[in-house]
Amino acid sequence: MVERSKGVQHVFDSVLVANRGEIARRIIRTVQRMGLRAVAVYSEADADLPFVKEADEAILLGPANPAQSYLDAGRVLEAARESGARAIHPGYGFFSENAGFARAVIEAGLVWIGPSPEAIERMGDKINARNLMEAAGVPVAAGTREPVTDLEKAVAAAAEIGYPVMVKAAGGGGGIGMGVARDEAGLAKAFETASRAAARFGSAGGDASGGQAAGPAILLERYIERARHVEVQILGLADGTVVALGERDCSVQRRHQKVVEESPSPGISPELRERMLAAAVRAGETVGYLGAGTVECLVDADKQDFVFLEMNTRLQVEHPVTELVTGVDLVEQQLRIAAGEKTVVPTAVTGHAIEFRVYAEDPKRFFPGPGKIDIWEEPSGEGVRVDSGYAAGNAVTPFYDPLMAKLCVYGRTRSEALARAREAVAGFRIEGPKNNLPFCSELLDRIEFVNGDYDTGLVARMRA
Amino acid sequence: MAEVRAEMVANVWKVLVSEGDSVEDGDTLVILESMKMEIPVIAEDDGVVAQLKVAEGDVIQEGDLIAVIE
Repeated sequence: MVERSKGVQHVFDSVLVANRGEIARRIIRTVQRMGLRAVAVYSEADADLPFVKEADEAILLGPANPAQSYLDAGRVLEAARESGARAIHPGYGFFSENAGFARAVIEAGLVWIGPSPEAIERMGDKINARNLMEAAGVPVAAGTREPVTDLEKAVAAAAEIGYPVMVKAAGGGGGIGMGVARDEAGLAKAFETASRAAARFGSAGGDASGGQAAGPAILLERYIERARHVEVQILGLADGTVVALGERDCSVQRRHQKVVEESPSPGISPELRERMLAAAVRAGETVGYLGAGTVECLVDADKQDFVFLEMNTRLQVEHPVTELVTGVDLVEQQLRIAAGEKTVVPTAVTGHAIEFRVYAEDPKRFFPGPGKIDIWEEPSGEGVRVDSGYAAGNAVTPFYDPLMAKLCVYGRTRSEALARAREAVAGFRIEGPKNNLPFCSELLDRIEFVNGDYDTGLVARMRA
Repeated sequence: MAEVRAEMVANVWKVLVSEGDSVEDGDTLVILESMKMEIPVIAEDDGVVAQLKVAEGDVIQEGDLIAVIE
């Protein structure tokens, strides 16, 4: 392992992790294992979190408000100068899909650990990405080919596509502001929600100055009932080739946000898997993709067919399930690729992995439940991996997303993974903030989930 | 008289009513934001906003009084 780190060491000896919580901690772990120096940046609200303590150096960015800390580009770059960090890893969220920030990093003479700003831009706009994929021969859902900027145009587009339609911000991410409209009245509401989300939560493809185009850019697509959300992990290697590392099924969702992911997907045939992996590789090749990326697709479970949804030009929250079934450390690959090292990546998938996102939220309505953590006891044992951002004594604050930890299990078979998951969920003790561990237990007793026969409507049915 | 209290720690994102306004059951009084989620706070009775205890930008704790509807 020490021998293999040499290539990276010659290009950069230190990495600033421009993120927080569990993902900052997880990235820091790999950076240090590779013999590199890890620099954390943090806000006042996060000063006591483990990622700050575990980094080799930690620099305070500013107040809790993300705009004055994690999303203050100038301040993050200043922290890089102060600490002498030679590379920046953005994690997910925040600057991870911000082409303007990526450019600023490169212009500052630092290594950007991610795809090129051009690739981020081309994929960050969902409409542009969709058109690009269609031209590359990747199947896409019927939908708008240009940004829809007012309700009148949305109504006309929906009539053409046919209801139900999915309404989302063209530059959005993470499911925020997405909604299904079944008729014109529903469309007005969904359009309003998506427009507001576009304006408020920033856009994946936006520039570093935070500038927004005049009016919302909304995308409408045909909504597939009984759909599974299945995504393919790709890696664009330094030699220009693109490889696929299996898929992840992310169909367990609440408010269009993922709660549980697993690999392999229990809902696709080997033939469909082969087609999806090939399409994902083609998608990556089309944009000359470098580094880790994810091609998200919607699968029609009944027809065993798929359409391209979007491409995420970053590390995903749920990347550990892929790591567990392939044995590949995706963060290590990101660093090596960014350093220009020509790596050989094993792509074979063995066994089964499931990830449960442990959120600070009530397990019935999934409403946020921040608070101070009195007790925090993680499960351990064979086939159990916990990526967490907190420890006992920390506070989960309302300023950031509710993800506290990711409980991941691995088994030789899906049923072995499920058995380990039941034990691990029962063995995870959190007291203080509300948390969704009871929901995870409930899910593990739900016959559709146990059988692997579920779709994105599962959580809603559990709460109907 | 009905007291409307916060169900969680949150930031007050938008205040949609003023003291003295008439509101109906189901009207949104304020919109809170916590953990990247907007949470509308709804009037559960018809009445008049007798007191309004929050302003946009405030950070409120679970159980804090938001408004009194009479």
